[in-house]
Amino acid sequence: MIDSGSTAWMLTSSALVLLMVPGLALFYGGMVRRKNVLSTMMMSFVAMAVIGVQWVLVGYALAFGKSSLGGFVGWDWELFALQGIEPTTLFADKAIPELVFVMFQGKFAIITPALISGAVAERMKFRSYIAFTLIWVTLVYCPLAHWVWASDGWLFERGVLDFAGGTVVHVAAGVSALVLALMMGPRRDFARGAALLPNNLVLTLTGAGLLWFGWFGFNAGSSVAVESPVAGAIAGLAFTTTQSAAAAAGLSWMMVERWHHGKVTSLGLASGIVAGLVAVTPAAGHIKPWAALVLGALASVVCYAAVQLKNRLGYDDSLDAFGVHGVGGMLGALVTGLFCFTPVKGLFTGGGPGQLGKQALGVAVAIVFAGGGTFVIASVLKRVMGLRTTDQEERDGLDIHVHGERGYHFDQT
Amino acid sequence: MKMIIAIIRPERLEAVEDALSEVLDEGDNYRITIDMVEGLGRQEGEVEIFRGQKVKLRNVQKTRLTLCVNDAYVEKTISAISRGARTEPTGAVGDGKIFVLPLEEVVRIRTGERGGSAI
Repeated sequence: MIDSGSTAWMLTSSALVLLMVPGLALFYGGMVRRKNVLSTMMMSFVAMAVIGVQWVLVGYALAFGKSSLGGFVGWDWELFALQGIEPTTLFADKAIPELVFVMFQGKFAIITPALISGAVAERMKFRSYIAFTLIWVTLVYCPLAHWVWASDGWLFERGVLDFAGGTVVHVAAGVSALVLALMMGPRRDFARGAALLPNNLVLTLTGAGLLWFGWFGFNAGSSVAVESPVAGAIAGLAFTTTQSAAAAAGLSWMMVERWHHGKVTSLGLASGIVAGLVAVTPAAGHIKPWAALVLGALASVVCYAAVQLKNRLGYDDSLDAFGVHGVGGMLGALVTGLFCFTPVKGLFTGGGPGQLGKQALGVAVAIVFAGGGTFVIASVLKRVMGLRTTDQEERDGLDIHVHGERGYHFDQT
Repeated sequence: MKMIIAIIRPERLEAVEDALSEVLDEGDNYRITIDMVEGLGRQEGEVEIFRGQKVKLRNVQKTRLTLCVNDAYVEKTISAISRGARTEPTGAVGDGKIFVLPLEEVVRIRTGERGGSAI
């Protein structure tokens, strides 16, 4: 029987998650140099178009189709282009229409590759980025989503908990971003130590706000999709933990900054908020609010340290896709094994180390599969079409060369 | 006729404009062009922080004034600008510079007038 409240919430959540993509575009776009603001935003926006189509055609079928080979491969011809789904078909044992579930999950498939763009900003060929996005979602994201979220996926069956995508979205995207960034090499100006300053932190802060707002759909929406047939209790919990983790992480990052350089920056507060949201993503419906406060506070400390380590090591993960999403996702996934209380208990909540072990398995699989998959896909694309723009394009800025536009004409009368 | 170019701190613009209106004949209607520039001098550039990394900028932001005056007004203009632009009470590194250039011709576009009366 269809539940109108759950369906309404899931439709809303889907729209909220989609809003996170322009939010991400603003967040990233404001951080790059003026000459690349449109290019950076386009990498997020174009995912909505490319994966929007891919998901309907094959993505959903791969991620949530019937399993074969022991839960490793999903597929169902009935789900190709969603042809076999009637508007009245309900999803599995849930009280929502399957099309609503398809749309909700599709938004996750859209935003995950967009996260990767943060690591390769200001130097990746647009065509290659689109090709990478399409292939990566099809061959890496969809299988991983199947393993973790499909009821017959092999990681789901082993009891790995990933409420809204700590491993499937953030660890996968973060690790892939790192691999891609290392394979492409640094920006020329990064390599020669030039000052690379954000062109518009006002956009970045706006983006962070939209991300926080949309994240309620990301996490609290996942309660119906994944865990329970009807929205309500767990959605309320996920909403609360999402809010709590983001707030604690914001405070925490500010305090770390104050200690480190004596100043609290706006980019820092925005980054802390995002780090907290990333970390609570796998845990949102599994931990208590107090644990979310702890996780958020911890996420900022760990992610801030990861970013400083990146500076020390000298590789160019331009917008800290790995430092925030990769590291934050790994932390959240593991901490879920410490603090979870539903559907199973964790190490610090009287359940023993078993769940932590399962979480570690999920994280390890995501790292190896996403990292390895990215290496293979990027190697092929590098050979076939090249990954980087030319030196001159990079110097002049990608906006004018790739898109024939400039982001701002402030001096115009 | 002389062209006077002054590089001053952006926040001193109002003080300089007030001082100039006291010495130039038309008072508040004297002619001036203002633009925002950046440059290098003895003053240290700003330090920005980007995700825990300190970024030292080399150049400093300044305001550039361009005025054209008849010879009789040159010294008055220089001292007015200096008064307005100098950090009280003793001056500070970064207060700026004034350059005086010879001006060959001035044309009022509306009427075609030239020379000292067109300035």
